[in-house]
Amino acid sequence: MTSETGEAPAAPPARINLAEEFAQSGVGPVLQQLDDELIGLAPVKQRIREIAALLLVDRVRRKFGLTSQAPTLHMSFTGNPGTGKTTVAMRMAEILHKLGYVRRGHLVSVTRDDLVGQYIGHTAPKTKEVLKKAMGGVLFIDEAYYLYRQENERDYGQEAIEILLQVMENNRDDLVVILAGYADKMDRFFHSNPGFRSRVAHHIDFPDYNDADLLAIGEKMLAGLNYKLSPAAWQALAEYIAARRTQPHFANARSIRNALDRARLRQANRCFAMLDAELTIDQLMTIEAEDIRQSRVFQQQENGA
Amino acid sequence: MRITQGCFSFLPDLTDDQIESQVQYCLDNGWAVNLEFTDDPHPRNTFWEMWGLPMFDLKDAKGVLMELQACRKVYGDRYIRLSAFDASHGWESVRISFIVNRPQNEDGFRLERMEGRGREQRYTTRAYATDKPEGKRYS
Repeated sequence: MTSETGEAPAAPPARINLAEEFAQSGVGPVLQQLDDELIGLAPVKQRIREIAALLLVDRVRRKFGLTSQAPTLHMSFTGNPGTGKTTVAMRMAEILHKLGYVRRGHLVSVTRDDLVGQYIGHTAPKTKEVLKKAMGGVLFIDEAYYLYRQENERDYGQEAIEILLQVMENNRDDLVVILAGYADKMDRFFHSNPGFRSRVAHHIDFPDYNDADLLAIGEKMLAGLNYKLSPAAWQALAEYIAARRTQPHFANARSIRNALDRARLRQANRCFAMLDAELTIDQLMTIEAEDIRQSRVFQQQENGA
Repeated sequence: MRITQGCFSFLPDLTDDQIESQVQYCLDNGWAVNLEFTDDPHPRNTFWEMWGLPMFDLKDAKGVLMELQACRKVYGDRYIRLSAFDASHGWESVRISFIVNRPQNEDGFRLERMEGRGREQRYTTRAYATDKPEGKRYS
């Protein structure tokens, strides 16, 4: 027991029902939603569940008057393009808010441009402005490694880093900083800024999706837009994913989204070509195999073979 | 003499916690919070110097409190006030303003008399502080 004993209720209950506490926190539905809406990402979900458990247990401990120091929750998300880093960060803000770790639960998403100024003396106010906006919520720094430019030692990014580090240390209760970027570049970034490495408690690696995951993601995206795949198109998309993966600039879910956007374009064009015929709602919703098979990806494969 | 300008000025000085909840109220209403400071306490001196820019788009009062601490570090010997601007249509003006920092000693005001034409007597008040040049008044 520490000095915090004074704040504890006079007669703390001898037992506490963790399940009840969990239901009260309202974090269950958010975790469930995470499970339902995000496909794959097992290690990420596991880590989020661990963090949620820690915060929940901490809350209960506080009720018993046991010492509970707020844990450091600054995180780094590493992973290849399109593996859902931003999406998870958005959820993270909500989860931390439900668990009472951050007060407002909003997400401020920034990149180097928002933090680093153009002239001497321009950076500090800019960084502080962003930090003030992020107070009580989550600050998400996308492609954080651009903050540090190794080749230019007079780069203003260093100044932004120093302010960030200071606030990350002093205002641990007020905001959570999430750094995100591609794994190899983030490694180099942490290597040259050891201060960051030690202040970031959770390094979460986002694995690439396998083909089945990507297919499920594609279906989910289409369902969200009130489209559906015909069985033949489903087969085509599965083949597309396998083919696309072998080609350069493959960006996981983002590539799938782009491919589906183009398929929608072709579907619209196909519908438009049947100007005289009357379309059924089913035709408007269905993406056929030909919409997908026209893709450049298949043609290149044929050429290569 | 204790200066009474703006809200809460007849109450004891607000603690930082109280200031924080006032600021949070302002932010929840969508007002932009400003920090201003001066060393001229005359009630007619309405244009105080601004500390930084008005703070738009904040969600949490902590950001304002951080600026307030920074301002106090530099101008802790002066008056600092916090005002909140409501930009919504029809208001477009300051909705709340209160003092959050005072000098250690508030000397108050001298009453000055001036002989006018005939037997006319004109009065004015002048802060003792303003006898000294700006920047040296409360140090």
